[in-house]
Amino acid sequence: MSQSFDSTAIHQAILEQQKADGRKKMLLNAVLVLLLVAAPFVLYPVFLMKILCFALFAVAFNLLFGFTGLLSFGHAAFLATGGYTTGYLLTNFSGLSTEMGILAGTAVATLLGLAFALLSIRRQGIYFAMVTLALAQLVFFFFVQSEFTGGEDGMHGIPRGHLLGMIDLNNNFNMYYFVLAVFLGCYLLVQRIVSSPYGQVLKSIKQNEPRAVSLGYNVNRYKVLAFVISAALAGLAGSMKSVVFQLASLNDAHWHMSGEVILMTLVGGMGTLLGPVVGATFVVNVEYHLSQGALRDWVDPILGGIFILVVLAFRSGFVGELQKFFKKNLG
Amino acid sequence: MSMIFGVPLAVLSGQLLIGVINGAFYALLSLGLAVIFGLLKIINFAHGAMYMLGAMVTVIMFDVMGVNYWVALFMAPLLVGAVGVLIEYFLLRRIAGQDHIYSLLLTFGIALLMQGVLTNIYGVSGLRYSMPDLFKGGINLGFMFLPYYRAWVIGIALVVCFGTWFMIEKTKLGAYLRAGTEDAQLMQGFGINVPLLVSLTYGFGVALAAFAGVLAAPIYSVTPVMGSHILITVFAVVVIGGMGSISGAIITGILMGVVEGLTKTFYPPASSAVIFLVMVVVLMFRPAGLFGKEA
Repeated sequence: MSQSFDSTAIHQAILEQQKADGRKKMLLNAVLVLLLVAAPFVLYPVFLMKILCFALFAVAFNLLFGFTGLLSFGHAAFLATGGYTTGYLLTNFSGLSTEMGILAGTAVATLLGLAFALLSIRRQGIYFAMVTLALAQLVFFFFVQSEFTGGEDGMHGIPRGHLLGMIDLNNNFNMYYFVLAVFLGCYLLVQRIVSSPYGQVLKSIKQNEPRAVSLGYNVNRYKVLAFVISAALAGLAGSMKSVVFQLASLNDAHWHMSGEVILMTLVGGMGTLLGPVVGATFVVNVEYHLSQGALRDWVDPILGGIFILVVLAFRSGFVGELQKFFKKNLG
Repeated sequence: MSMIFGVPLAVLSGQLLIGVINGAFYALLSLGLAVIFGLLKIINFAHGAMYMLGAMVTVIMFDVMGVNYWVALFMAPLLVGAVGVLIEYFLLRRIAGQDHIYSLLLTFGIALLMQGVLTNIYGVSGLRYSMPDLFKGGINLGFMFLPYYRAWVIGIALVVCFGTWFMIEKTKLGAYLRAGTEDAQLMQGFGINVPLLVSLTYGFGVALAAFAGVLAAPIYSVTPVMGSHILITVFAVVVIGGMGSISGAIITGILMGVVEGLTKTFYPPASSAVIFLVMVVVLMFRPAGLFGKEA
């Protein structure tokens, strides 16, 4: 074997490079976490929590779309299921602690995710998207017709309660740090999943599914698991959202919400870890600031325009384009 | 009054009629989607918006220029078809060869944009469009009353559906189309202008949607959001029928309208969800849809 003598050197160099990259990433992450911890002293905590909830939603979606290549057009179903379940339980069972309510919402969304996955997994690409969309629509009709959801009016006055029976979540700062902790935990989890051997298999499924099959991986099992994890995190985002805003509404179940999370992921950069967070921050801000100003009525068309622009010219999103730029110019 | 399963015959047949009419719209719309998907591999999320545009154009042309129904029946599909050709030429063409998912996202953006702009101009409350005089009234069939306009909608929808199927499956032009999408380079070599063919196909598909929009204008409320409601249902119809199957789209469309009408008669709360329920059941046993081939 003629290559074997320098392959160790190359290997060494790659490891060094990875270590250096890892250090840079750690530093960046530390700065971001510090910013997030300090943010509520500068910005309105409820607005920040909205961003964090949507960022978690987008991170969950991106695990499936960006890393596994499965476009679910029904992720609103999990957001809404988490939100409604948590809202219903916390409103009707005063003995239930907030964290148990959120866990229950997440659990129900997880089960729903399993059902979706088992039904949709046999189809690929666009077919998969259509099937998830239709399933989510079924969930939407269920919520419209059920009494406990409050129909078109939604569910109001969900109590925030106390965390672990001690920390008063009605205080916006307490609530914020709780949401931030959950968000960071989930973000790290996704980071861990993506870099694990399991995550490598997911990426290989995205890049070339037949090859992954031929390598002997049970591709469907990997996909189902990815879907369930993604649904669980989306449900968790919905559960927290209903506690933060003390309401759960049909908006979260509507297929436009499924479209919006796609937009967030795409704008930020799909298949990157930070992308969905940046995308969610961007979209929530655009919506908020537009709805305050003279362009109040033009939010939808402007989002549509952003969609078109991103797909045509900007497919890697903010984070993806930046990464490309750094790779090209800074080696 | 005679009863069937505890429901008066007149009520049942009335709901069935509404079902068949809705089915005719589902068929026209899912047919357009199937043409665009089957030949161009584009999931056209702007299809509902094109249907809406057809109805809006009809109403606006009447209000502004007094254009009558019969002229609108040709003009609206032509105009919307032209819009479709422009969209294909300037936007969709740029992402040809990319993952199909991008076409879904791009057309979704187009739909949001069109629907949003028209909502700002015309609001979401329905615009009025009156029926042509010829169609006022109806005929008493003994067991039910059949308005002329509804009979016309069913008849013309069936004619257009059959004509489209015939053109794609049985004529030379259809053969070029199918060949062009199989192997564009080879067809170019035979001197066929494939990019033009692709543009025209997309234009034709959305013209079908606009045609359905014109038919809908006198009986449904015409609003900028009318397309987004029906679009998702039509997607479910396409999934049930088998994506890309032309005849599957037509048959399933009418069938699902009837199923919906029957559900409305016997168990109203489930009527808006029943098509999606059917879809779930079909997918469990035939993942490729009723008329689709296993991909």
